[in-house]
Amino acid sequence: MSAIPQSGDKKPAPAASGSEEFALYESRKQIYPQSVSGRFRNIKWILLAVGMAVYYFLPFARWSRGPDLPSQAVLVDLTNGRFYFFGIEIWPQEVYYFTGLLILAAFTLFLMNAVAGRIWCGYLCPQTVWTDLFLLIERWTQGDRRDRLKKAKQPWTLETIAEAILKHSLWLMIAWWTGGAWVLYFADAPTLVKQLATFQAPTTAYVWIIILTSTTYLLAGFAREQVCLYMCPWPRIQAALTDEYALNVTYRVDRGEPRGSVKKAKVLREAGKPAGDCVDCNQCVAVCPTGVDIRNGLDMGCIQCGLCIDACDNVMRKINRPTGLIGYDTDINVQRRAEGLPALKARIVRPRTIIYVVLILAVASAMGFKLATRGSLGVDVMHDRNPIFINLSDGSVRNVYTVRILNPKGYEREFNLSLAGLPQARLSVMDEPVGGPAGVPIVAPPNQTLELRVTVTAPPDAHLPQSTPIQMVLTDAKTGETVKKNDYFKAP
Amino acid sequence: MVDHTHQDIDAATGTATTGHEWDGIKELNTPLPKWWLYVLYATMVWAVGYWFLYPAIPLPGGATPGILGWSSRGAVTIDLKELQAQRAPMVAQLNKDSLQQIAADPKLAQFARAYGHSAFGVNCAPCHGSNGQGSKGYPNLTADRWLWGGTLDEISATITHGARYGDPDGHQGDMPAWGASGILNKQQIDDVANYVYSLSHKTTADVSAGKKVFMDNCTPCHGENAKGNIQMGAPNLTTKIWLYGGDKADLIQTITNGRGGHMPAWGSKLDPATIKALTVYVHSLGGGQ
Ligand code: SF4
Ligand code: SF4
Repeated sequence: MSAIPQSGDKKPAPAASGSEEFALYESRKQIYPQSVSGRFRNIKWILLAVGMAVYYFLPFARWSRGPDLPSQAVLVDLTNGRFYFFGIEIWPQEVYYFTGLLILAAFTLFLMNAVAGRIWCGYLCPQTVWTDLFLLIERWTQGDRRDRLKKAKQPWTLETIAEAILKHSLWLMIAWWTGGAWVLYFADAPTLVKQLATFQAPTTAYVWIIILTSTTYLLAGFAREQVCLYMCPWPRIQAALTDEYALNVTYRVDRGEPRGSVKKAKVLREAGKPAGDCVDCNQCVAVCPTGVDIRNGLDMGCIQCGLCIDACDNVMRKINRPTGLIGYDTDINVQRRAEGLPALKARIVRPRTIIYVVLILAVASAMGFKLATRGSLGVDVMHDRNPIFINLSDGSVRNVYTVRILNPKGYEREFNLSLAGLPQARLSVMDEPVGGPAGVPIVAPPNQTLELRVTVTAPPDAHLPQSTPIQMVLTDAKTGETVKKNDYFKAP
Repeated sequence: MVDHTHQDIDAATGTATTGHEWDGIKELNTPLPKWWLYVLYATMVWAVGYWFLYPAIPLPGGATPGILGWSSRGAVTIDLKELQAQRAPMVAQLNKDSLQQIAADPKLAQFARAYGHSAFGVNCAPCHGSNGQGSKGYPNLTADRWLWGGTLDEISATITHGARYGDPDGHQGDMPAWGASGILNKQQIDDVANYVYSLSHKTTADVSAGKKVFMDNCTPCHGENAKGNIQMGAPNLTTKIWLYGGDKADLIQTITNGRGGHMPAWGSKLDPATIKALTVYVHSLGGGQ
């Protein structure tokens, strides 16, 4: 990110003069963000409400899948290695869907970054969302910025102690619910809630609740902006991905400077001298959750939340000046204005964003296609390697295969396993004498893989080449659904 | 020289520098938070704990043992115990049920095959190959010919008591050395080899001389129709499977010097459940006959 040099507005760190040593490590400066109202604040509230509602209540959504399968809409069944998402069921061998989701998430993040920099951080990142909620409670119990600043300087009184206790209890309750909702995704939610309440849930559930309760409490209650500044890798990564066309929360220096009081500005304007719109009220700094003074230019601490825009717009409306002294703007415009050129309209559609959108659509449609066309049965064939073929006493040749039949349905199914490509040979399933041209009937239990040892025997007079391509054909006896798997028949 | 006394402000960023300078590049003073430092110290303290709890400092004669007494060998032992405990119910079932009952119970049979396969890898694979494919002189267990019989009970008996291994209940019976002992002369051996070869290979040649030798000497073990006798471990000579090779040179070797491989009696080394599991596994390879 380019830092735009500005004359004399950034104060040097303390320890300014004399023989004073530099502090190589910094004590944390507590930030007391002030409440604000406005467009971006409303967007944030809506996203917060929707996101939390989904997270906390989704495990209770039901989805009927048949008698033997769980009826939870979203469920990670670790014991049986299944993932259920409404009508979609993912088996361990289909784990590439998760890879696909991760790729989609990465591209979406890149796209957001190309459009508006760290906007994910400001609106959707769980750290931001939970911190917002915790701040709301802090304001509600201990008052807004001014009150909290005052109380921080005063000694404790009975009242402030009571407020603090109330705040921390509410925080802990939310944190506890956060951890609780997490474990509900891994087991039948209503049952687990009952078990948890009667202390009969598995230990792992309690352990995870404790872990997530404490991390939520610590990160949203105490660490807050420190997570964004020091722990999170995204600001570093995104700084390398962004470009001069990305929208960033920007203070329009040319409009704001020289700053001064409303009165001073009025006097200056009447005298025909240049006067800036910024009244130096510091509202933008007071509302910032990461303690940034956006008037110093782009800052690595800024999470693009837009709250300073709301704050400044409110001020501008009060003093009857046009809003937008702080607004989402691009680096290129910052440059242009510095050179006295007119600003350009923000361009969201440009090669970079188009490429990301195309990539997202490609991955999403590939996944969608794979999901839509995947069958309701699977078969895996593995040729025994040692021995590759077996000579039998009458001179016939036998090959052995391990055939895995996957029945992802919640009911028992009948299949027919047959052989194609080698009419002379006979297929049979070991320990089951039946076998012949029509194939072998197989009964697959519900929601399981069935492993069979299958032999294919070619008669003595077949004179086969060393390798003959064959196919194992599995047909659902009722629906006629068929899957074929290629393999080889090996002969001496 | 590090100059800590004069505050130097970087013009571009307005940030103070630390006074450290390398070839004109100055280090900005952008300090990390204190708590960050304390977390680092805490991890150091935490790490020291490991020196006392676990084996850590290598000394002549072994590393310091650590208070917990942990060792990788001990950890494996515990894991093994856990594994055995997990398998215990199935193993108990193996002990209880007869071979036929095991084979009839799909779940138990599957367990027995897996259990047997791993026991096979440890005990039997050196001779019979990793999957029972055998080699010259070592029976192929995946085919359909069994010297001592291929039913569950017969396989179990062979594994338990072995062959020619000193176990009184084990299989006995050698192929005599017809040539070395002087009972048959070279010509007779050649003739009988021709005859035996013709049993599994179509031929128009006259093998009547060999047939006579066979009838006079070999039928007590191999039978008049040469189909062998599993009581004596006498192989069926009409098939295409040959333990010691089926071409004429191999046959002459066998007749001249005799044969008699050893199969250890595993009954004294392996527990009954393992033998049952091995039996079920071996039977699943190509058993039946
Ligand atoms: S500077 Fe503005 S946009 Fe950036 S974090 Fe602070 S309030 Fe949000
Ligand atoms: S809120 Fe607006 S007017 Fe007030 S200090 Fe910030 S930029 Fe200036």
